Amino acid sequence: MFTHKKPPWTEKLVDRAFIHMTSVLASVVSLTVLGIFFTVGFQAVFQGDVSSLLPWHQDSIWQGIAAWNDEETFGVRWGAVPHFGLGFLANSSWNPVRNDYGALTPIYGTLMTSALALLLAVPLGVGTAVFLTEDFLPQKLRAVIGFIVELLAAIPSVVLGLWAVAMLNRFLAVFTPLYAHLGWLPFFSTEPGGPNLAMASLILVVMLLPIITAVSRDSLNQVPMELRQGAYAVGATRWTSIFQVLIPAAISGIVGGAMLALGRALGETMAVTMIIGNSTNLSTSWFSPSSTIASLLANQFGEADDIQVSALYYAALVLMILTFLVNVCAQVIVKRLALKYD
Amino acid sequence: MTPSIADAIISCDNVTVNYGAFAAVRNVFLDIPRHKVTAFIGPSGCGKSTVLRCFNRMNDLIESFSMKGKVLFNGKDLYDPRVDPVEVRRRIGMVFQKPNPFPKTIYENIAFGARIHGFRGDMDELVETSLRRAAVWDECKDKLQESGLSLSGGQQQRLCIARAIAVEPEVILMDEPCSALDPISTLKVEETLHALKKNFTIVIVTHNMQQAVRVSDMTAFYNAVDAEGSDGMMGYLAEYNETKEIFNNPKSEDTKEYVTGRFG
Amino acid sequence: MTSNMTNAMASIRHPPTASGLNYNPCAPRNLWNRAMNLLVALFALMAVLPLVVVIGYVLYKGGGAITPAVFTELPPAPGLSEPMGMGNAIIGTAMVTGGAALVAVPVGVGGGIYLAEVARKGSFAQSIRFGVNVLAGVPSIICGLFIYALVVNTRVLWGESFSAMAGSLALAVLMLPTIVKTTDEGLKLVPQELRMGSLGIGASRFVTITRVVAPAAVSPIATGVVLAIARAAGETAPLIFTALFSPFWPDWSSGGGLLAPTATMSVQIYNFGIMPFEPQVQLAWAASFILVVMILAANLLARWLARFSAS
Repeated sequence: MFTHKKPPWTEKLVDRAFIHMTSVLASVVSLTVLGIFFTVGFQAVFQGDVSSLLPWHQDSIWQGIAAWNDEETFGVRWGAVPHFGLGFLANSSWNPVRNDYGALTPIYGTLMTSALALLLAVPLGVGTAVFLTEDFLPQKLRAVIGFIVELLAAIPSVVLGLWAVAMLNRFLAVFTPLYAHLGWLPFFSTEPGGPNLAMASLILVVMLLPIITAVSRDSLNQVPMELRQGAYAVGATRWTSIFQVLIPAAISGIVGGAMLALGRALGETMAVTMIIGNSTNLSTSWFSPSSTIASLLANQFGEADDIQVSALYYAALVLMILTFLVNVCAQVIVKRLALKYD
Repeated sequence: MTPSIADAIISCDNVTVNYGAFAAVRNVFLDIPRHKVTAFIGPSGCGKSTVLRCFNRMNDLIESFSMKGKVLFNGKDLYDPRVDPVEVRRRIGMVFQKPNPFPKTIYENIAFGARIHGFRGDMDELVETSLRRAAVWDECKDKLQESGLSLSGGQQQRLCIARAIAVEPEVILMDEPCSALDPISTLKVEETLHALKKNFTIVIVTHNMQQAVRVSDMTAFYNAVDAEGSDGMMGYLAEYNETKEIFNNPKSEDTKEYVTGRFG
Repeated sequence: MTSNMTNAMASIRHPPTASGLNYNPCAPRNLWNRAMNLLVALFALMAVLPLVVVIGYVLYKGGGAITPAVFTELPPAPGLSEPMGMGNAIIGTAMVTGGAALVAVPVGVGGGIYLAEVARKGSFAQSIRFGVNVLAGVPSIICGLFIYALVVNTRVLWGESFSAMAGSLALAVLMLPTIVKTTDEGLKLVPQELRMGSLGIGASRFVTITRVVAPAAVSPIATGVVLAIARAAGETAPLIFTALFSPFWPDWSSGGGLLAPTATMSVQIYNFGIMPFEPQVQLAWAASFILVVMILAANLLARWLARFSAS
């Protein structure tokens, strides 16, 4: 009855074209990543725009590189990396007048705000995740709370920043007693009087909470029911089984989630920029204005020129490497510690 | 129908269990004798696991669970509101269908229960004796510091038995402990049961009638009927007697058909 | 050996009475359990509180600032209080986000199809998965700097520097990993039998993917796309050096408005929120209100879409 119909040659062509197209689209992702690293790196090493990479460009850097030392004639304008070297990371002055740039203050600010935020957000987030996976509340109510926490992740950072600015005075009223009573501690040693590093950390806590909660909740939910039953069957209480069995079994996800959150905290820009005070003076006090790399970029990039632009790209490069390392660590940890239990 | 049992450690007094609107098992009267092995047999969905899990309040973990009637343990109602389920589970241990060692070392798997109950003796010795009594010592004495998950399925199950006896419960409940194991591992677990009978009371749910014959002194046969008013099956205790009576001289027709393999 | 055994056992054996079964509220373990219960309940409360407070505050402050003029007028010059509008920023957000979706959705879905359907394993696919994860972790401000260096500074877009299109590209970079991931994961949920069935009757891979597999996964993919767009609409950092800002209506003569600096609601919140002028701050709250309502709506929409895949 049937006659074998040979598929038309177009069908094969469409098929192959489609497969190739998806692979091209997929490589766009990798190309973008490489492009970001390359562009930021390039701008950190050279001044001038990336089009000077083209050999036929009038200011092509290739001419200049060919005549390595003859900077005057061919105009290779070296950027911040050759200018400041690794000393950039340890120099705390950021002086556009003398063109002397170092990123120590924003690096310190980035690490300090992130560490403080993580310190608060991890116990809060993991605790909330435990609360949402245990039977304290009926399943329906827990789902609602879970959804609410997820929504928190969707609020734009700039809106949180605006809210933080509006709330600043109330928070300052909370910080002042800390300064009054514990002012001898270096971290509390200045009078809180405006935007400051502690505020930025608190806003980061609000942003990190949903990430940590969501990831921890997922990994706790994935712990097999049998493990919990096993712990209960030998007479473990709820919290013994949580601390000794459930959390150890879910630890890879929890640590991975915390690392993911750390990556976010390091690069978080808007809310921090609006509330940290953007001072480039190094201060150990949490109640002084400070800056992070991201806030420095948001705040200064618009008005910067020449070597300052390159210095900002250098700082951006440092930030990228930091977040890259944290994210890679997160992935490795998740794979390493993943529970082999089926 | 119910045999007279002189020294009952657990007694069910008209136990009926519901999961939400679904009636799982109804009107169970049952006495479990001390230092004997009691087997629960019956077709799937007849409520034998449900009854077993009432004995150490494992059903508390299920939100929709509700129970009527009484479960007496040494004469004390386990579902009395003053009773601490954690204490109940310490006295009445459990081994599950699927081996579930903790993702810890073999040593820690055993030590875990004893430690949380404030054991102050020689932990090494306790670990060794527990593993010996569960007949798994020889297979894991050289790798006590390796993960419990590195053992084979049968070894894992005996590790779980060792974990249960390390807290020295009075009763050990076993919910189809051999259903996930191969025949040789099954045999080893059964041998373990014989040795444990001297010190513990054992209640075992099994799908395997030969196993019930081999290991148990008493056998309870559960059956299921179409539940009126709700969809699904409702279980009930059909017959309970000494194992040899159940298998050689069953009183009810259903039991006879089941033990001779005509249904189930 | 035997005596050792009995010793070890005897030391934890309890007398076989049932009296000890009662709950002892003062036992250390029970005190500890109650304290921890209380603590995590408190933690959960503290996690939910910021959301309730922030949303409540934004709805209260922003809702009060919403008037019809907000949608139809331009913002006032600094120091003036008329007119009170931000129609340009609303249009700008739609333009920039829409443009970003036009770039990121095809690329992201295509890339996701590649990862899930064409090359599940293999080193190339693995390297792309790695790239997706790295890109997802790139700080959003760096996306802005990247597009600034590549597009704005070099003026490759018809000689224009700051433009809505540059802003779209920066947001697209940001959305891309989310869309690739949700597509990849959505397609993986499609049962293998469906593919087998289609390929088994002699359909080509193209037909199998576009007519059988992708339609089966459309709900999770749509969910991911909706959430990615909602997130992008609120992003600010990638736009401040790409789309920049503008106090005027889009300049339709320059590439249909796409090639000129463009106001967006998120950048407006940043610019106006820290100004010392009350009308500007009011407009920042109004923009926050619109963004938050939009994002809440998008999340509800996404949940509604996700329901289709469940049934």
